[in-house]
Amino acid sequence: MSATTVTAAPPRRLLTEERVATGLVGLLCLLLLLAIALPLWALLSKSFLDDQGRFVGLANYARYFATPVLVQSLLNSLFVATLATTIVIPLAFLYAYALTRSRMPAKGLFYALALLPIFAPSLLPALSLVYIFGNQGFLKDLLFGASIYGPIGIVMAQVFYCLPHATMILVAALGLADGRLYEAAKSLGTTRWRMFRTVTLPGAQYGLVSAAVVVFTLVITDFGIAKVIGGQFNVLATDAYKQVVGQQNFAMGAVVGMVLLVPAVLAFFVDRLLRRRQVALLSARAVPYAPQPERRRDLLLLGYCILVGGLVAAVLGVAVWASFIRYWPYNLSFTLANYAFAEFDPDGWQPYLNSLWVAGLTAAIGTPLVFVGAYLLEKTRAVPLGRALAQLLAMLPMAVPGMVLGLGYVFFFNAPWNPLGILYGTVAILALNCLAHFYTVAHITAVTALKQIDGEFEAVSASLQVPFWVTLRRVTVPICLPAILDIAVYLFVNALTTVSAVIFLYGPGTKLASIAIVHMDEAGAIAAAAAMATCIVATAIGVKLLHLLLDAVLFGRAQRWRAR
Amino acid sequence: MTTAFRFEPPAGEMPAAAGRTAAPAFLRVRSLTRRFGSFTALDRIDLEVARGEFVCFLGPSGCGKTTLLRTIAGLDRQDEGSIEIGGRDVSTAPPADRDFGIVFQSYALFPNLTVTDNVGYGLVNRRMPRAAIAARVAELLRLVGLPDQGRKFPVQLSGGQQQRVALARALATSPGLLLLDEPLSALDARVRLHLREEIRALQRRLGVTTIMVTHDQEEALAMADRIVVMNHGVIEQIGTPEEIYRRPASAFVADFVGTMTFFEATAAGPGQVRVGTRGLRVDAGATGFPADGTPLRLGLRPEEVRIRGVTTGDDNAFEALVEDLEFLGPFCRARLSARDAPGFELLADFSANLMRDLDIACGAVLRIALPPGSLRVFPRRDDRGGNGAPA
Ligand SMILES: Nc1ncnc2c1ncn2[C@@H]1O[C@H](COP(=O)(O)OP(=O)(O)O)[C@@H](O)[C@H]1O
Ligand SMILES: [Mg+2]
Repeated sequence: MSATTVTAAPPRRLLTEERVATGLVGLLCLLLLLAIALPLWALLSKSFLDDQGRFVGLANYARYFATPVLVQSLLNSLFVATLATTIVIPLAFLYAYALTRSRMPAKGLFYALALLPIFAPSLLPALSLVYIFGNQGFLKDLLFGASIYGPIGIVMAQVFYCLPHATMILVAALGLADGRLYEAAKSLGTTRWRMFRTVTLPGAQYGLVSAAVVVFTLVITDFGIAKVIGGQFNVLATDAYKQVVGQQNFAMGAVVGMVLLVPAVLAFFVDRLLRRRQVALLSARAVPYAPQPERRRDLLLLGYCILVGGLVAAVLGVAVWASFIRYWPYNLSFTLANYAFAEFDPDGWQPYLNSLWVAGLTAAIGTPLVFVGAYLLEKTRAVPLGRALAQLLAMLPMAVPGMVLGLGYVFFFNAPWNPLGILYGTVAILALNCLAHFYTVAHITAVTALKQIDGEFEAVSASLQVPFWVTLRRVTVPICLPAILDIAVYLFVNALTTVSAVIFLYGPGTKLASIAIVHMDEAGAIAAAAAMATCIVATAIGVKLLHLLLDAVLFGRAQRWRAR
Repeated sequence: MTTAFRFEPPAGEMPAAAGRTAAPAFLRVRSLTRRFGSFTALDRIDLEVARGEFVCFLGPSGCGKTTLLRTIAGLDRQDEGSIEIGGRDVSTAPPADRDFGIVFQSYALFPNLTVTDNVGYGLVNRRMPRAAIAARVAELLRLVGLPDQGRKFPVQLSGGQQQRVALARALATSPGLLLLDEPLSALDARVRLHLREEIRALQRRLGVTTIMVTHDQEEALAMADRIVVMNHGVIEQIGTPEEIYRRPASAFVADFVGTMTFFEATAAGPGQVRVGTRGLRVDAGATGFPADGTPLRLGLRPEEVRIRGVTTGDDNAFEALVEDLEFLGPFCRARLSARDAPGFELLADFSANLMRDLDIACGAVLRIALPPGSLRVFPRRDDRGGNGAPA
């Protein structure tokens, strides 16, 4: 016995797991600080400085609220956001209700239809509306002389743009129903209307509020729609653009950015609060609700879905169609002339290639970064403080509108003292900005996937003296591959379609497709703008289809171990 | 823990000494404390485990068994105290430097790897030649009775088979210490019974020092060389299964391990206690019996109630009425009440044989005796411990 109790010192390794984890968490924190926290700090501090960089307290804010035009924009923003939310929520609720609580056919198709706008820049529905209701629109008379350029157009376009987001949230909320409640209510002879009021609505109330909050924020913070179809009707997002890009008034731009941040931050906290409650609502023993077939209800709901889903497709379709037409509305013959972008914009096809490049870079760098980051936060125990900081920073972008983040980047990376200023106007800063902007959702996707796998894998590998990075590569990543693909596609599609953040950041030679749309629209080349938008939509949908295909092939048969 | 007096345990049973072993300890835990916020999950735990020993941590859910196991493994870090494994202080060492294998209730098998790859997981990283790894994996799979399942994936195996694979994986690197956290709790009763015998046999054969966490007293009694009974983050008693069962150190242990009837009693002179109006003789023990009037708790195992050949002169003999009978297969558990002292109730186990021979049925009156040596005397503490007497 005593012979074997040698006080063997543990093998000295340079790369201990703890050190590696600590280093990686440190890197993650540094990156998130650079990409998220410091730009926001730059924006915040800028709003308290004058043009010469002197601290002026709340003077900029006072000036903002003393300028009637700017205050009017704030009111305008609140007005269209309220109106759009009031319209979208009932529309989306009924749509989601049909998808979850009826036995109508082709639910998958209708869900996909409602999600279509996600694959387009917000500019696209606005362009379509111009074609339909604009000065030469074929349904112009339906507006009875009112102009589509202004609040009417903004609200209509926003309804299409926000419908998928509201529908997704409400489908999730209504899908969580506990079948036992309905059986109990039915066995008590409850009428259908009462059942709806006492069981369905209360069950979905958090989803409803959450959807409303999300839509309201989306509308307030969106830039593209107001830019294309807003006409003389100013809103917060267009103000921020004008102050910074048009008038070079950075201090006032910063104040507008801060004002823009308020509803988003409020919405963020309301949403978090609700999510926490929602989880507790459904007990683990709940039985999923399975709707019974009911001819009349199913037919009515089917009709409704055909109408709404059809409208969504039609509105997107008009712009696509118009991009292939020679001269709206006089010469409807087919042409590819609108795709000869060099005719309309000196950069030609370059913006589209730039967009692919930025989206690809965002996905290629962002996916491993987000996943490894989430893994470090979720599965390692090194530097608790660092992990807490990274967690906070990862959740922050959710509360930051793209315009605000974009402004922050302008102030931070453009600052004369900042050596990172060399990034300004490069593809790198565009990708970094996209990654920061969409970090939260990707992070949550990764965390959710990681939470679903056994929490003891790291303990087992430690006991077998296998470092965590080996287990990450051999086990965790293969298991989470579907989620990793989801993240990659999410980052790619969003980087491809976003306008708001990058509008401040492109430089000569790095203009993106979505920005080219804005410019061509400004220059009156609407057909070319529609053509560029069509390219984006087609690419985004193509990538999504590829994703579905890959999912089916990779995870369907090839991976026997997933089968049960 | 404030007790008014100390009970000297009967000769040969020293709970304090039972924490140590004759051989030099392989695992030595000293004054280990772990807090979660203001909650103390482990309170100054002292423990020694000899090389080759099979020790069970037994206690109710939430008492700190898993926390203690994980702290020993280094998966959780103690706030105070030290841990020595194989003569080396590993208090601050990361898990990878502690030389243990671990098996969890959830199996924690890697779902995307075959059984072979799971078992060989820890070997691949040691730059062993491929052939040696294959041979070792095959050997282990034979050892756990799954010689030709190597190419399957975990989802294709039953729960019991998966747990065997997990065991093989934990043993593959020949660790000095095997840690099992409720390895059988997720399995069906039958599989559980079977696997526990196998684990025990395997452990004996390999001689690997093993700690198993369980909340199932039967499992602990059947498998362990020594049992560590825990409650509320402290060790209540350490001892062999027999010591734990026959001479529980506290009412809590008595109640948690096996069944025991408890009576509220008061001391009434050396070797004498009073339960209600009845006086009972108990073993006085080697040293001082508590002063008259000290509140006590008396415990009696149901199988210790004597019934054959009881005469009036026997200690603690009296007539009892069979109130109720519970059929439990090979034996029956009777609820008896004393004829002359209403409210004095106790449980007694009678074998099927005895039932037949003595014609025991509900409503029958029996002459029973409670042997003084089988009446356990505990201090009466109201903060924790066994339930009161069944009313
Ligand atoms: N990470 C943790 N944070 C807070 N409390 C914990 C944590 N882990 C365990 N506990 C608490 O410590 C106590 C002991 O837990 P555990 O060791 O898992 O109990 P057992 O394995 O005996 O059922 C429980 O009350 C549990 O709630
Ligand atoms: Mg436990």
